[in-house]
Amino acid sequence: MIENTKIQRAINTHQETGVHPIGSAGSQHKTIRTGRRTFLGWFFGIGTVSIGAMLSVPLFRFALDPLMRTTTATSWSDLGPESDFSETSIPQKRSISITQVDGWRKVVTEKPVYVIKKADGKLIVLTSVCPHLGCAVKWNDTGTQFKCPCHNGVFTTEGKLMSGPPPRDMDELESRSVDGHLQVRYQSFRQLVKIKEELA
Amino acid sequence: MKSQNNRFVNWLDQRTGVRHLTREALDEPIPGGARWAYVLGSGLLYILLSQIATGVFLAMYYVASADHAHTTVEYITKQVTAGSFIRSLHMYGSSAMVVTLVAHMAQTYFFGSYKGRREILWLSGLILFALVIGMAFTGYLLPWDQKAFFATAVGTNIAGEVPIIGDWLKELMRGGTEMGTLTLSRFFVAHVFLIPGCIFAFVAAHIFLFRKAGSAGPMDEHPFEPKQQTEQFYPKQVIMDIVFATILVGTLGLLSYLSPVELGPKANPADTSFLPRPEWYYLPIFQWLKYWNGASAIIGIVVIPGIIAALLVALPFLDRKLERRPWKRPVASFSFAIVICSLIFLGWQSGHEDASDPAVAKQLTKQSEETAAFMKAPFTPELSGGTLTAQNAALLDPQAMLGKKLYANNSCDGCHGENANGTDVGPKLIGIGTKFDRAKIIGLLKNPTQKMRDGNMDPVDLPDAELDKLLAYLNSLK
Repeated sequence: MIENTKIQRAINTHQETGVHPIGSAGSQHKTIRTGRRTFLGWFFGIGTVSIGAMLSVPLFRFALDPLMRTTTATSWSDLGPESDFSETSIPQKRSISITQVDGWRKVVTEKPVYVIKKADGKLIVLTSVCPHLGCAVKWNDTGTQFKCPCHNGVFTTEGKLMSGPPPRDMDELESRSVDGHLQVRYQSFRQLVKIKEELA
Repeated sequence: MKSQNNRFVNWLDQRTGVRHLTREALDEPIPGGARWAYVLGSGLLYILLSQIATGVFLAMYYVASADHAHTTVEYITKQVTAGSFIRSLHMYGSSAMVVTLVAHMAQTYFFGSYKGRREILWLSGLILFALVIGMAFTGYLLPWDQKAFFATAVGTNIAGEVPIIGDWLKELMRGGTEMGTLTLSRFFVAHVFLIPGCIFAFVAAHIFLFRKAGSAGPMDEHPFEPKQQTEQFYPKQVIMDIVFATILVGTLGLLSYLSPVELGPKANPADTSFLPRPEWYYLPIFQWLKYWNGASAIIGIVVIPGIIAALLVALPFLDRKLERRPWKRPVASFSFAIVICSLIFLGWQSGHEDASDPAVAKQLTKQSEETAAFMKAPFTPELSGGTLTAQNAALLDPQAMLGKKLYANNSCDGCHGENANGTDVGPKLIGIGTKFDRAKIIGLLKNPTQKMRDGNMDPVDLPDAELDKLLAYLNSLK
């Protein structure tokens, strides 16, 4: 049992220096054992901590999973053949289904958009969300304007701000033509700012 | 560095008494010295820690409702980083808990360590045994797959066999006459709040009582006046305990990594062909119950287990002799050995019967194939119900479906919300069909009241045919 070397005695003596006089009142035998036990204490303390740390790696990765998940927001919605919109210069309202994955569930929401044939014949898609406070902007069939029912923001046929509190024009959505079909990528934008800014 | 460290420990000790505490914890004298036979108790503590850690993290994604439980467990298993590993560790941990607990109890029994003023210590251990069995039973239902659902249906039915209070007990466990979402909520609450709370309390009591009674030492030692030379708990016994715990947790980790546990298809209560089989440690009881039918069921389900439980409770009170060596107490040793051997035999018999009945074997193979197929299928997120109820209702009636288009194209949704559930500037229209009659709604649409006009409601100017469609949609909103 007693296999103390000079080195260990030296360690023990060194340790004693920091201890309060009353604390070191123990016998010589006890002091020797304490030193060896301190060493083993460190050894197993470190051992236990490293085993614990190894086990905590999967737990941390598990908890951080949603942070490491990259969202693939690029999804295109079909709005039908482009010919549907080339006949008239009146804005056409369409609903598109947006699927948002929320953890283990998905939420399908319908988002209204306006398809507009510009004066140069080009098709653009505007979101109906007002850049002011997010109400749905209405097209007034009888007039030639978009009007927000909440705070009377008024926009031109092409979505340019005419009057009212909105800080900018109506927001245009990214659109493209694939095999004669108009497609749109739905996005949300920050409200109440002058420059259009995407929300992730 | 070293003296700084000491100064810190001094500082801490003056405020907390940490030195005294660690000395108290580590300087426990063990008569006859450290032994591998004594590692089981602290092994159980390590498994408990692992179960708590993995369980708390699993609860981060789990939802206890019949609608979502299975999806969330599938999400954990197939999608979340390390999810399959954590879940496997938790499930294998439950098996390890039962095995180590039985071994700990058997060691205490054969070493006669319950003797000598240790009655309450023994009883607290028995209560912990019951609590762990309760954890295994309640946890098994939570994934809400076929296996879990039907095993719990059988388990709660067995509780229904208890005389007089059986039906009441069954309904209490199920939260009704049938298995359903309320059953799941109850099992969840029992598994994560009620039983763990009791386990913490009884583990604390068990350790306190163990320290009070002192280590019993080897089987030729006197139960409460130890004569053999003692060795302190630290370091040798601590080394053995940690080596055992490392092997235990390491094995569980390796098992979870190499052979992750599976999840079966979602519970289908209408499936009549499913053959429920409990977790392996319940198989002996499962087999035992097969032998007791009709009027005799009470004997098998209540009387015999009751007698065994009563004997275990009474053991330290009945067995007052100080003799601890198992070969000097043949009755006690033999009866315990018989119970253990019977359990092993029953478990083996259960597997043997399943394998030798071709119909059963075929169904069980089919079930495991279904589980394997489900595990291979990619995860599909659950379609959220709330957002679509109004739309789905509208889609049932083609007229209403066209009405919904009109609703959107005339920008009604701008104020009343895309599914007519209202916004800041417009009231919700759900249920309007039951509030007003048809003529009244048409009247309001064509000639809004002053209050409506003030809220920016314009008159709706549509041909009658289109108004019909719009009304069909409005009436479909429930």
